[in-house]
Amino acid sequence: MPERIDYLPMQPTMPPSRRRFSATAQRDTALALVTLSLFIGVTIAFPQFAQPTNLAEVLDDSALLILLALGQMLVILSRGIDLSIAANLALSGMIAALFNRSFPDVGIVAVMGIATVSGAALGAINGLLVWKLKLPPIVVTLGTMSVYRGCIYLLSHGTWINDNELSRGFLSFVQVKFLGLTSLSWIAIVASAFALAAMRHTNSGRNFYAAGDNPSAAANVGIDAGRMQFIAYTLCGAIAGLCGYLWVARFAVAYTDIALGFELQVIAACLIGGIAVAGGSGSVIGVLLGCLFIGVIRNAIPLVGISPFWQMLINGIVIVVAALLGARGRERGRVILEPDRAAP
Amino acid sequence: MKSLKSLLRWESMLGVLLVAEFAFFAAVSAHFLDVWTLSDATFNFTERALVALPLALLIIAGEIDISVAAIIALASVAMGLAASYGLDTPMLVAVGVVTGSLAGMINGALVTFGRVPSIVATIGTMTLFRGAAYAILGDRVLKNYPASFSVFGQGYAFGPVSIELCLFVVFAMGFGALLHFTRWGRCVYAIGANPIAARWSGISIDRYKFALFTVTGLFSGLAAVMLTSRLGSTRPTIAQGWELEIISMVVLGGVSVRGGQGSIVGVVLAAIILGFVNFGLGLLNVPGIAMSIVVGTLLIVAVAVPAVAQRWPMFRLDKAH
Repeated sequence: MPERIDYLPMQPTMPPSRRRFSATAQRDTALALVTLSLFIGVTIAFPQFAQPTNLAEVLDDSALLILLALGQMLVILSRGIDLSIAANLALSGMIAALFNRSFPDVGIVAVMGIATVSGAALGAINGLLVWKLKLPPIVVTLGTMSVYRGCIYLLSHGTWINDNELSRGFLSFVQVKFLGLTSLSWIAIVASAFALAAMRHTNSGRNFYAAGDNPSAAANVGIDAGRMQFIAYTLCGAIAGLCGYLWVARFAVAYTDIALGFELQVIAACLIGGIAVAGGSGSVIGVLLGCLFIGVIRNAIPLVGISPFWQMLINGIVIVVAALLGARGRERGRVILEPDRAAP
Repeated sequence: MKSLKSLLRWESMLGVLLVAEFAFFAAVSAHFLDVWTLSDATFNFTERALVALPLALLIIAGEIDISVAAIIALASVAMGLAASYGLDTPMLVAVGVVTGSLAGMINGALVTFGRVPSIVATIGTMTLFRGAAYAILGDRVLKNYPASFSVFGQGYAFGPVSIELCLFVVFAMGFGALLHFTRWGRCVYAIGANPIAARWSGISIDRYKFALFTVTGLFSGLAAVMLTSRLGSTRPTIAQGWELEIISMVVLGGVSVRGGQGSIVGVVLAAIILGFVNFGLGLLNVPGIAMSIVVGTLLIVAVAVPAVAQRWPMFRLDKAH
């Protein structure tokens, strides 16, 4: 006999409705408390950490992560994963930089448009392969990750594009300040507000959850889960493309290896934020908290005097712990919900 | 029977591809068909292929491990530290293999006891293991290995046949026999094809999966021994990006990422094909990063071909049903 059966009740059930609604909220609250206590801990030891200028810097530093994590969230919600997100960012950023070098007089809006469209196109390639050919997302994006990186090399011939080859408008946009925050931070804030509203209160937003949670049930109410995956990949690509320009402008350099491995931080932010890889579960608040958690750690590490080489190890520990806690939570939820669903 | 036929067909396609590849490189480079050139070329795949063998079993069983390259890095760092404390060659090998196995056990425990989906677990441990390598080494290099340690990656068993190649051939036959001719191997297929049916048939899935993750870690440790011995130095960036190439070998070899399908012969052929693509393009002065386009495209094409054949039957190679 099998030692354990997943889909039979193992413990007395709570009212499923209460449990279902509180599961995500409980997790978000827990993560918020952990992030807050981390923040308070660092502030007690280093009071300068909580100064408004430093907080603005933490936000500026986390803005790209927030934008990319929102894109990745859409993909994971609809049962995909995008490992090519950082390669897409780097390729679109290189395209924007090359365009700016050739046409330095064309306005910044056009540069952003080109980066966004290029990113959307690269994301759509992932989406088409996953939607039309039903290929496994992890294999597709592992492949395109490597192809997109190679394309940067072909486009740039392995050279670097430095700040002296880029126009002033291109570089200064991300540093423009409004109410003490950089335009980069404002883009992240606006995108987060939009995502919060759209994922909760619009049909299109709810459709991502429906498609990821139960594709065949979604099909019955007229939602094509494959098409939602395609849209998710394209939107995620568009965000990655825009971030490509923002990244190149912020760090004032474009070359083959920018943002190498950054996809892992983006996925980490989503997993810490409670987005389930099985699809259909997770919240925008959770993702934002996940990004802030990583951002606080990243900015506290140099203050506390830990070598920056420890950042990756800390991220790894956090992902594993978050995944373990998440898996336990899901298992409990599933044991309770399954018989309820099967009931007539 | 049908699955056996389709496997043979995939493998014969790989065989044709391999012959075409050899013919192409022999035509464009006069130095390609030299015994020592070919012997040198085998170093392009033996280490990665050693990891591809157990990973193929793991993927057939319906799981995946993308932390293999990070395990190689961690095992290499462990060996480097051991060497700096003056340990001798046999002990270094033990340290590498044990480190790899322990890392594999962590993956296995997360997936079986922790109930974490393998992709999440191994994305986490990939960051964890590589992060540990960075945390320990920082920007330092470890290179005080004893002279006798270099035999694994640089030595030859006989004539132009390297020790690495010999090991690969032996283990390929071992894994082939295990997967295709034992009850244990049949169970691996059963688990991948239908885990619930396998469980109801009395197969303790968790035990198999834990063992497969451990063996994959063990062979990553072994690959770390070979690679470190060949390079003679350890940096935290060692084997960066290898998970892509190792998974490419397995998938190009005809192993289905959805589990339950694949063969060791296919994986071996795919490993040789990819190894010689790397080497041949190097002969033609194609830079490494541009080769990643070829590897990435091959990976996607390998999964796309069966999908296209299934979706549009007129492209189906096999007319029989």
